[in-house]
Amino acid sequence: MNDSDDIVKEFLVESYENLDRLDRDLITLEKHPQDREILGSVFRTIHTIKGTSGFLDFDKLGAVAHVGESLLGRLRDGQLELDREITSGLLAMVDAVRQMLASIEASGVEGERDDTKLIARLTRLQQAPEAAGKDAPEGKAPEAGGAAVEGASATGASAAEAFEGRASGGNGASGGEVAGGGIQTKPVKASKAKPSAAKSAVKAISTKADGRDTEKPMAETSGMTVEEARPADAAEAQRAQGAAGGPSASGSTIRLDVILLDHLMNLVGELVLARNQILQCANRTEESTLGAASQRLNLITTELQGGVMKTRMQPIGNIWSKFPRTVRDLALDCGKQVRVEMEGQETELDKTLIEAIKDPLTHLVRNSVDHGIETPEVRQAAGKSPEGRLGLRAFHEGGQVNIEISDDGAGLDQERIRNKAVQKGLISADQASRLTDREIVNLVFLPGFSTAEKITNVSGRGVGMDVVKTHIEKIGGTVDLQSKRGEGVLVRMKIPLTLAIIPALIVTSESERYAIPQVSLLELVRLEQRAGHKGIEMIHGSPVYRLRGRLLPLIYLSRELEGKVTEASIAGRLASGKNIAPLPADAASEGFQAVNIVVLEADGRQFGLVVDEINDTEEIVVKPLSKHLKSISVYAGATIMGDGKVALILDVLGLAQCSSILAEGREHLPPEAAEAATGGRAKQKLVLFTGRAGSRMAVPLELLARLENIPGAEVERSGNQWVTQYRGQILPLIRVTHALEERRQLPPGEGLMSLPTTEMLQVLVLENEQQSFGLVVNQILDIVESTLEPQSPSTRAGVLHCSVISERVTELLDVAALLRTGEAYEPAVSSQ
Amino acid sequence: MNNARQFCTFYLNHLLFGVESQKIQEVVTYRELRPVPLAPPVVSGLMNLRGQVVLVLELRRQLELPERPPEMTPICLVVRAAGGTVCLLADEVGNVVEVEEATFEPSPETLSPRLRSVILGVHKLEHQLMHVLDTDQACEVRVAGQAEVVEA
Repeated sequence: MNDSDDIVKEFLVESYENLDRLDRDLITLEKHPQDREILGSVFRTIHTIKGTSGFLDFDKLGAVAHVGESLLGRLRDGQLELDREITSGLLAMVDAVRQMLASIEASGVEGERDDTKLIARLTRLQQAPEAAGKDAPEGKAPEAGGAAVEGASATGASAAEAFEGRASGGNGASGGEVAGGGIQTKPVKASKAKPSAAKSAVKAISTKADGRDTEKPMAETSGMTVEEARPADAAEAQRAQGAAGGPSASGSTIRLDVILLDHLMNLVGELVLARNQILQCANRTEESTLGAASQRLNLITTELQGGVMKTRMQPIGNIWSKFPRTVRDLALDCGKQVRVEMEGQETELDKTLIEAIKDPLTHLVRNSVDHGIETPEVRQAAGKSPEGRLGLRAFHEGGQVNIEISDDGAGLDQERIRNKAVQKGLISADQASRLTDREIVNLVFLPGFSTAEKITNVSGRGVGMDVVKTHIEKIGGTVDLQSKRGEGVLVRMKIPLTLAIIPALIVTSESERYAIPQVSLLELVRLEQRAGHKGIEMIHGSPVYRLRGRLLPLIYLSRELEGKVTEASIAGRLASGKNIAPLPADAASEGFQAVNIVVLEADGRQFGLVVDEINDTEEIVVKPLSKHLKSISVYAGATIMGDGKVALILDVLGLAQCSSILAEGREHLPPEAAEAATGGRAKQKLVLFTGRAGSRMAVPLELLARLENIPGAEVERSGNQWVTQYRGQILPLIRVTHALEERRQLPPGEGLMSLPTTEMLQVLVLENEQQSFGLVVNQILDIVESTLEPQSPSTRAGVLHCSVISERVTELLDVAALLRTGEAYEPAVSSQ
Repeated sequence: MNNARQFCTFYLNHLLFGVESQKIQEVVTYRELRPVPLAPPVVSGLMNLRGQVVLVLELRRQLELPERPPEMTPICLVVRAAGGTVCLLADEVGNVVEVEEATFEPSPETLSPRLRSVILGVHKLEHQLMHVLDTDQACEVRVAGQAEVVEA
């Protein structure tokens, strides 16, 4: 039984590959219906599937493939012209085949399905131009058909189901086909051949429909005489044919298990480390033989590393190949004409990255077709060609892969985005007026933003550009969008080549080494001696550096990693001179020594990381951290340095988030320290909204995952808590007014009872320590960047403090406390 | 005789502890660790074990025992736990002992619930009691002050 399992597995793998090619081929074919070579390739692919499914006893699969094959046969022989309808039919067939393969893969059987409609459709398509094509083939058939039958019967195949005569010359221009006794179709399906078939070598392969494991004859005819007839295992015949059928299939490629490649990759990682170690040793000794050997080792290792990395590399064309099909279907749906242009399909990147960018890319492509490119009429009116262009371009640059998705559609409407962003409260009107056009278009990446006025079945279902951005950033990439109104959109992604071995900057803090991935590195700044004192200024207790006229917020690595030192210390020290013993890192800002600033970018924001020492750049092998440490967001992993010691890899994004969380603590500054601060104020982005009776409240933007309108009808009750189903999860809802009212006067759950159930609820989906909950507010007002300047201390639980924001007194909510309050409403209130 | 089990023993603060010998991958000498800032106190650091980065936990802190005197060099028990390979720091290695199931007794109720999840019970040996550790529990990292176990 194992043997047959293996065969099925092989069949599946091969068929999936073939189907992917088929999609591509069919789309090309639609554009160039005369291309016989592609038609031949399509035909062979389907034939292979049909043949193998017959052998493996997948009747339904065989039946579908069979009608498809017959249709293709007629196309190939020029009796039918490929048109849109036929292409759609064939694509539908490919889908059906794919579904069946998926079902076979999952359960081993084709599954309960009824393909009669599809088969009827394909049969109808086959006969469509009946009058034109019927007479001629019938007349021409007998010769070649006869030969094939003769060949088969001569070797005793009594139950032959289908014969295919194919010119082994390879041009596919000629051929004869006989289908004798189709499984579920007419006895004589088609018999057609061009006279030229007689001249070429005709190969007839017979496959038995019932798939019994008997030996099948294979007859080869050259001219009209049987030259050689040898029995062959059906599967072998199929395989031989499959090999001959693939355009580039050859013995020069082998299939490998990905696990094996991963293992090799790990070993090479070890080797790189050992190499680094030996190089360090060799540099210290005078021994010349060791030096020479280590140099050679260095070269070989580098080459080997490159080679093994290459095995994991896949051309981006692998995922692009699905796009022509996607675009075609989508364009048909929307009544648009779109031409896909690809450049740089051969650009390679790591397998895991290919997987990771697949969905974001698909989303962008769909977006372009759905929203970007206009209908032919609109395009013509605008003086453009009715056919839209969707461009995909990939290329290597600076150790990264650049992927560009462009269209020549309507482009983004800056004004509309500006208005929408203001209206949705993502930015203030004042901010909006100050943004450049390029900054405006990049607003579409903000969570909760969608300009789609109508929800189509393609876009507008919650998977927004923000998700695209998060996905790309998760793998260390960046996205940027450019658009000119009326001229289209260009989205540019930069993706690292691989994740396993990365170039990194090694820095030292508190005499421990840390690696910073080079992708997030912008520049290094060194402030010498006294300049350090002048260069670093304080804004409300947070250090900044003027980098070419712009203020760069600074983070001290040593203090981030201590996690307990208050921000007050540094400002307080400024206020009172040097009386307070400075922290080791702070000594730098005092001018005792040079200050090293590593300028980093995370999530589009720049900041400076102050470290004790900048060592070197090095290729490091990323080792995953033990699962116990994953919860510490500042680390991305660990690596082993050349001296065998372990170093931690910093997660720049996590570090930035971690430090802004610390920023929340800044309002507890002692008054004199606050006074000592000069210049502007530390700014924080806040979401403004109103609670009961229009009182204003705010939460930090970092905690906001999305803004949602949830219909009251969708709110359900679970225990004493209100919840809603949100993206496949249960989201607890907390009503801000009730969470803050004097709860003691209300029995548990009472306050929540009054949650309105008819109107739309404005909900801030907040994430606090990986816990999501929805905060139901009266109205979302705006997103502002504001100084966190406490005007009065907290008046009630759940409020950090009151502050004046946009000239109104605003309460800054303590989200963690709210969450606890929300939990207090749970049945767990009965804490015995 | 088939209910005899083999335990690898070690000492912590003069107490005898035992871990099923199959769970122990190896015992290595102490080497310099890479501290992990921001990690819970029970995490001593990371160790390079032949190219593998292994998490090192201080078993004394895990078991709420007094800190090891600075002059004492610990030994490293490399343990195969559910969450991957973890290295546990102990004071001193003992022998491998074979014990009968019959000598086992579960931890008394008086032990704190947290400790009872780590210390399964004791085997009554001739001269001493051997504390039996649940390796998976001993290799878990808890966030300070919370009963919650950090999940990956």
